[in-house]
Amino acid sequence: MTDAGKTPAAPEWPLFEVFIRSRAGLEHKHVGSLHAADARMAIEHARDVYTRRQEGVSIWVVPSAQIIASDPEEADALFEPARDKVYRHPTFYAIPDEVKNL
Amino acid sequence: MSTALAAALRPERVLNEALLRYVLRLGDTSLVLGQRLGEWVGHAPTLEEDLGLANLALDLIGQARLFLTYAGEIEGRERDEDALAYLRDAPDFFNLALAEQPNGDFGATIVRQWLIDAWQLQIYSGLQESTDSRLAAIAAKALKETRYHYRFSSGWLVRLGDGTAESHERVQRAVDELWRFTSELFAPDEVDERMAAAGIAPPLGAQEARWSACVEEDLRAATLKRPSEQPYPWHGKRGVHTEHLGYVLAEMQHLQRTYPGARW
Repeated sequence: MTDAGKTPAAPEWPLFEVFIRSRAGLEHKHVGSLHAADARMAIEHARDVYTRRQEGVSIWVVPSAQIIASDPEEADALFEPARDKVYRHPTFYAIPDEVKNL
Repeated sequence: MSTALAAALRPERVLNEALLRYVLRLGDTSLVLGQRLGEWVGHAPTLEEDLGLANLALDLIGQARLFLTYAGEIEGRERDEDALAYLRDAPDFFNLALAEQPNGDFGATIVRQWLIDAWQLQIYSGLQESTDSRLAAIAAKALKETRYHYRFSSGWLVRLGDGTAESHERVQRAVDELWRFTSELFAPDEVDERMAAAGIAPPLGAQEARWSACVEEDLRAATLKRPSEQPYPWHGKRGVHTEHLGYVLAEMQHLQRTYPGARW
């Protein structure tokens, strides 16, 4: 404990994105990110940080650097064209009561 | 009471005393180690490790509550978990001396944790088959937690041992310093023998071999040297402690000693 000041708090640990499946049958959802030295530690940290209140039954961690994201600058080109195509929404169909989680 | 009746009752009473002592050993080891880990809260190297160590501490204190509540019932003197945790002095604590050792640096905390996790893995696994159904149930619950604790601590042991020159050197030093407290882990005394004979606890001999193999494998993965066996100077489980336990208890018991019966 007395040595904590001497050793920097490892800011160089890479960032991981955390995905939690809240219960069987549901998809993994992004819940946040954390720092860890390796994949195993990332799983343990995710367990300790994000599942303390029974939030999940399965964890995925992905190195943030491995995520390829769309460029915000290109948002107009990517997403605008869908705006005037409301007929793609399935809102004209009645959803049967048996279908959950849609 | 006739002498014949007293003689007939005696073995039962002896077994009961031994069971009480045995349950206190398990509960006190979890309690003292949990209290030690709690000292890290707000001081761990990262936020994630802070939460991780606090999680281990809470698991251990949860185990202690179950064991001490049971101990109070065996004793039959109306002492509950709180009375046993907060109102006993050091010589009446029967935890492993290893559990009370100071946190040191993060590496020393990990080594202490790993040695006890590997011990608890063996003890709780065996206790699941106990003829004492209460102990078997507590052990089954605690074993799940302990498997995670061991995963956490052995992972860190390898990471630090096989890490940088400095982390290797620090964690090897911690192994060397704490090793002398491990001879107590599986050295059976009359309490252990009575428990094994009654089928309440597993015999320690076979467990020591498994513990030793497990520890050996982790040390190898962590590129650490196993210290030579050392004499047996500590008997925490008989109530003979290092000077450190008194300080742990002073902090842990302060509130109840100062304001008896305080609740929140």
